[in-house]
Amino acid sequence: MDRIPILKLGNALLVTIQVDMHDRLATALEEDLTHKIVAHGSRGVLIDISSLEIVDSFIGRMLDNIAAVSRILDARTVVVGMRPAVAITLVELGLTLAGVQTALNVERGMALIHTDDSVAEIDDDDAGER
Amino acid sequence: MPASAEPAVELLELQSSDHVVQVRHRVRTRAVELGLSLVDQTKIVTAASELARNTIDYGGGGTLSIFLISDGTRRGIRLTFEDRGPGISDIDLALKDGYSTGGGLGLGLSGSKRLCNEFSIESRLGLGTRVTIARWK
Amino acid sequence: MTSNNTSKLAQLVAEQEGAIVREWMRSLQAAGALQSGRMKEAELQTQCRNFLDLLRTALAQAGAETQAAAYEPLRHMLGEIARSRAIQGFSPSETATFVFSLKQVLFGFLNAAPNVDAATLANLTWQITVLIDALGLHTVELFQKSREAIIIRQQREISELSTPVVKLWDGIIAVPLIGTLDSERTQVVMENLLQTIVDQTASFAIIDITGVPTVDTLTAQHLLKTVAAARLMGADCIISGIRPQIAQTMVHLGVELNVISKATLADAFALALKRLNLGVVKVRIQAVASDNRLLG
Repeated sequence: MDRIPILKLGNALLVTIQVDMHDRLATALEEDLTHKIVAHGSRGVLIDISSLEIVDSFIGRMLDNIAAVSRILDARTVVVGMRPAVAITLVELGLTLAGVQTALNVERGMALIHTDDSVAEIDDDDAGER
Repeated sequence: MPASAEPAVELLELQSSDHVVQVRHRVRTRAVELGLSLVDQTKIVTAASELARNTIDYGGGGTLSIFLISDGTRRGIRLTFEDRGPGISDIDLALKDGYSTGGGLGLGLSGSKRLCNEFSIESRLGLGTRVTIARWK
Repeated sequence: MTSNNTSKLAQLVAEQEGAIVREWMRSLQAAGALQSGRMKEAELQTQCRNFLDLLRTALAQAGAETQAAAYEPLRHMLGEIARSRAIQGFSPSETATFVFSLKQVLFGFLNAAPNVDAATLANLTWQITVLIDALGLHTVELFQKSREAIIIRQQREISELSTPVVKLWDGIIAVPLIGTLDSERTQVVMENLLQTIVDQTASFAIIDITGVPTVDTLTAQHLLKTVAAARLMGADCIISGIRPQIAQTMVHLGVELNVISKATLADAFALALKRLNLGVVKVRIQAVASDNRLLG
């Protein structure tokens, strides 16, 4: 069975989703990420969805799950590369992805993960924060 | 408005997660053929994905029929999801936003409705459910 | 409306097709169909011939039931004609005349036909009337629909032209909206804005509505959806230029603007710069020793 590859990027993990996710693949990814976060002591998880033309509530739940588990393991999850058509559709669908941070690309995503290390901003409306 | 519907151009089985992937591909292909904009394509494919999942997860499996429709000047696509499952006892409740927290049945239905030009649902307890959506060019 | 009679009609059309086409053309030309020069004589003649061909077949199969499946090819052909006439700029009357003028022509041939008793003549005259009227109305209706579609397309093009998304600085873009925001237009703006956010990797998108006179609930919802979509992608929006009246309207409508809003575009720009840890400083201009040789 194919599993989605997880790359180590500094103190973060990078996952690039390029194929149509089905149930088994999603479960496997969640498991793999959980293990790797612990194994590497990762501070963050970057999920690159720039190849995804469709994000439905199933993928949404998967992203929420990954974010929730990561948070428990003291890692930040950032979803990057969402396409405009997908964003517009998600808003209409009512999927808020409230538990997930987002960024335009991997570079910006990494910056978000490392915001902890720099002086934190106290304003409510930070870029990318929810 | 009466739309002349030709017989279904495609009939897809909905039983497993793999079928949802197939649904997305087929609906996308039809949407592209129809000449829908990228955003409209994304909307109908996403709605189809949601409803296909519902059919599999809550309806015990079923079918998707794809129709190409026209009303004289416009062309469109109509999708009918049918199952012989337990049916939905309270449709109004199911269509309420946020019903079944966690993005279950409710989100799929009310969200899909917003993504389409036309949406209708019929369901009878113990008999099954039929959801029909359409997007016009 | 006996099938006997309509088959007589079909027969008439079949036998006299050539002559009918000629007479129809003559009638159309007299009505000024080729006057504007938008259409060539040969093209018009082909349309007449095709029409009669399809009519003959339909008559033979389904009599005068214009809604029957046998009439679909003819209805489709009329749809094509209506569409092309709409695009070419013909008027509804000119388009309708194409069909309606056939009535008189057919009456003429009917009257001249031998062995037709008065009762049959009256019956056939009525059938021709009903038939041509139905087809003519069908044509006009499709013409109207085509016109509407053209207008909608033009509106979209105007929308795209009149709402450019501009880059203010690295990572900061702005879209100054002018005029009323309808559903169609807002969608165009939304898509442009979001795509530009990706292309420019913009952290901030400023939506300035100084030039928008009124904002109703629907428009406000569209704006909020745009903001939500941008956030989902990882960019932030700032709305600027909300007039006092609009602010009041929104409060009364119960619209909650869940987004940063600033009075002016300048304020919004300043905020975006600050958030990006950028600032504007005054630079001392060094006096340059004048060298006349360098100037012209």
